[in-house]
Amino acid sequence: MTSDATPRVRLSAITKSFLGVPVLHGVDLDLRGGEVHAVMGENGAGKSTLLKVLAGVHRPDSGTIEVDGEAASFAGPTDAQRAGIAIIHQEFTLLPHRSVAENVYLGREPVRRMQVDRRRMVADTRKLLDWLGEDGIDPTDAVSSLSVAQRQVVEIVKALSTDARVLGMDEPTAALADHEVELLYDLVRRLRERGIAILYVSHRMREVFDLSDRITVLKDGRFVTCAPTGELTPDDLVRHMVGRELGDYYPDRAAPEDFGRVRLALRDAGNARVRDLNLEVRAGEIVGLAGLQGSGRSALARAVFGVEPFTTGRMEVDGAAQRVTRPRTAVRLGIALVTEDRKGDGLALRQSVRDNTLLVRRAALRGPRSRARHDVPSLLDLVTVVARGEHQEVRFLSGGNQQKVVLAKWLAVEPRVLLVDEPTRGIDVGAKRAVHELLRDLAKRGVAVLMISSELPELIGMSDRILVMHAGALAGELPAGASEGDVMALATGHRAGAAA
Amino acid sequence: MTWRPRLAEGTAPVLVVLLLLLVGLAIVGPAYDEPSGYLALLKRAAPLMILAIGQYFVIVSGGFDLSVGALVTAGVVIAARLIDGDESATTPVILLVLGFGVLVGLLNGLITTKLLVPSFIVTLGMLLVLDGATFLWTDGAPRGALSAGFRTFGRGALDVPLLGEIPWSVLILLAILVAAALFMRSGTGRALVAAGDNEAAVRMSGGQVDRLRLLGFVLSGLLAAVAAILLGGFAGVSAQVGSGLEFRAITAVVLGGVLLGGGRGSVVAAAAGALSLEALFTLLNLLGVSGALESAVQGLIIIAAVAYASLGGGLRQRLRLRPKQCNTVQPAPS
Repeated sequence: MTSDATPRVRLSAITKSFLGVPVLHGVDLDLRGGEVHAVMGENGAGKSTLLKVLAGVHRPDSGTIEVDGEAASFAGPTDAQRAGIAIIHQEFTLLPHRSVAENVYLGREPVRRMQVDRRRMVADTRKLLDWLGEDGIDPTDAVSSLSVAQRQVVEIVKALSTDARVLGMDEPTAALADHEVELLYDLVRRLRERGIAILYVSHRMREVFDLSDRITVLKDGRFVTCAPTGELTPDDLVRHMVGRELGDYYPDRAAPEDFGRVRLALRDAGNARVRDLNLEVRAGEIVGLAGLQGSGRSALARAVFGVEPFTTGRMEVDGAAQRVTRPRTAVRLGIALVTEDRKGDGLALRQSVRDNTLLVRRAALRGPRSRARHDVPSLLDLVTVVARGEHQEVRFLSGGNQQKVVLAKWLAVEPRVLLVDEPTRGIDVGAKRAVHELLRDLAKRGVAVLMISSELPELIGMSDRILVMHAGALAGELPAGASEGDVMALATGHRAGAAA
Repeated sequence: MTWRPRLAEGTAPVLVVLLLLLVGLAIVGPAYDEPSGYLALLKRAAPLMILAIGQYFVIVSGGFDLSVGALVTAGVVIAARLIDGDESATTPVILLVLGFGVLVGLLNGLITTKLLVPSFIVTLGMLLVLDGATFLWTDGAPRGALSAGFRTFGRGALDVPLLGEIPWSVLILLAILVAAALFMRSGTGRALVAAGDNEAAVRMSGGQVDRLRLLGFVLSGLLAAVAAILLGGFAGVSAQVGSGLEFRAITAVVLGGVLLGGGRGSVVAAAAGALSLEALFTLLNLLGVSGALESAVQGLIIIAAVAYASLGGGLRQRLRLRPKQCNTVQPAPS
């Protein structure tokens, strides 16, 4: 480990709120040349926000940034870039039909006699590729001909071409196949040897222990600890990441004798994103589905719902094998999916509360079932939507009320299996409690509920049992009231296959 | 739930514009002192209003139909050539023209939804194909003649008890308008608008977005064929009868406050937009403004109407007014 005395970048007491919701409270972080500094935390702990503060995307509300020991202030990403800080984002920003060199110098092309100096662009790109020891990529290759891992190299070369000495990487392995991860490790190590300071944001335990020199843990936007990697065990890390009280109120769980027949069953089901799934959800039961982002939780729900159907194995609804290849089939079988992105694919925002409430019934059903069986007002009462009237457009409702409208549109078709993905994301405490009570109430009436949530207290508080996913497969099952540490241990792949 | 009249968002301005134009006509034109003057206006406007209703179905579900003008020309030219004055051919040829409209709409819709070509391009291509085919078939000068029976729909009138003579075209228009308004209140109609607003939400609710869009194009094609039958009778046979009508229909729909890109607007307002446009041209004509300015006026309207729609939203956002954020009233005791 070759560390300079003065850190390349030091962030002190950084505070940031969005719309009055604090996301970071007084977070400290320093990055030294030639080190890989990992930042860990649960979803929503503030990792990405911290990275964006470093990148100049967000301005901190308070706190200081120092670069090479001197105070700095970034009005925007360009300022951060000028200070030698570059970020590799999760989504790639390359233009597929242009060459590697053109992408690296996009918008900053070297000019000679009023013409783009292609020769120099290619030569400089080649120099950087050589410096990194990447001889498999030619500067004149089209980006579309490169693998995902190679594109990541191009992103990094692009960052280095701005003379970056601090590199932030946001979940760099998320898009990579297993064998490509090793290549990335190599690359990161080479960058470190060449004196670059690397901020490595990840929630994969193994990577962090394989690669990093120091680890900073954030929880709920607060700094928890920063320690050399060698002084931490995975168990310590999990404890630091979760250690939080479970004080909220949740409705009473069901008694095991209340569970009815198996409504949804998967037998060795899988597709490109998930594999070997075996699970059962019974009538009356709320089963929690835990896992980190990208672990396949949402992919499982989308597969059951026919958005990205299972390609292997079997799926049974109320005991009968079913092939569900599109949402319409799922809806007609009595499966409902409350997606995690209610504005993206849950609601038609310019339509009224009534039109959204009736959307599923009208869109998916035919004949008498498509007509009103309950009327809209009683549905809205059931979910306690507060709106000016049925004709109000849903975009003017608060997030909590929008979510209740999403639930109402599904209740309108009386589902047997209800999949909910992040049902309380971004809604206030009162609405959260209402959603929790509604889910429990539906379970009592014989619906099988599969609930995905990144909020562990919620997941643990609500679930009759918890399934944990890791890397596209089920990592284990935990009973009601399991600890957050148990869940995180399975979710991060630190502990595999715990017994129920 | 008690029913009370309610205007869809963006509908009010066109009604104000229409009222002002009608008042303007009453002041300027002596013919507009009596109902017959307005009836004549409505008769003239009927084909455009019907086209606007068809265009509405496509626009509100998130597309464009540029082929309707060429479809009108093709319909008239085909009818004239096939009937060629033969009265007995009237009914089969009318059915054929309607079928042709449905076929063109079907093609537009299938290419848009299955081959994923933007509807703007598909229908532009269809416009060119239809224009070219019509020209090829007629050598530029339409042959044949329409039968008297065919022309009745465009120029004839029905003696309605108590009301007197009502033009066929007005009766047809009213029937279509009522049917369209009822359709837009139905589940399928609401789903059509929702598909224009958020395709993903409709799909994830189990809806068939492609079929809804296809339906929009088919209705647009069918109504263009109806407009062709009325225009053939009203204006006669020429190779220019439908030219430019697609833009006029789009202008009318936009003037009616229907959001380009889909998701909002009422079909009655779209028809009111078409009537306003016709009233405006009549008024300009009465004021002695050259007819050559019509397309310029139309261009200004389409820009102004879209600017109004987006400026409205933008301004509201900038002023942070959010006029309808109001989450304090409980709808009913639970």
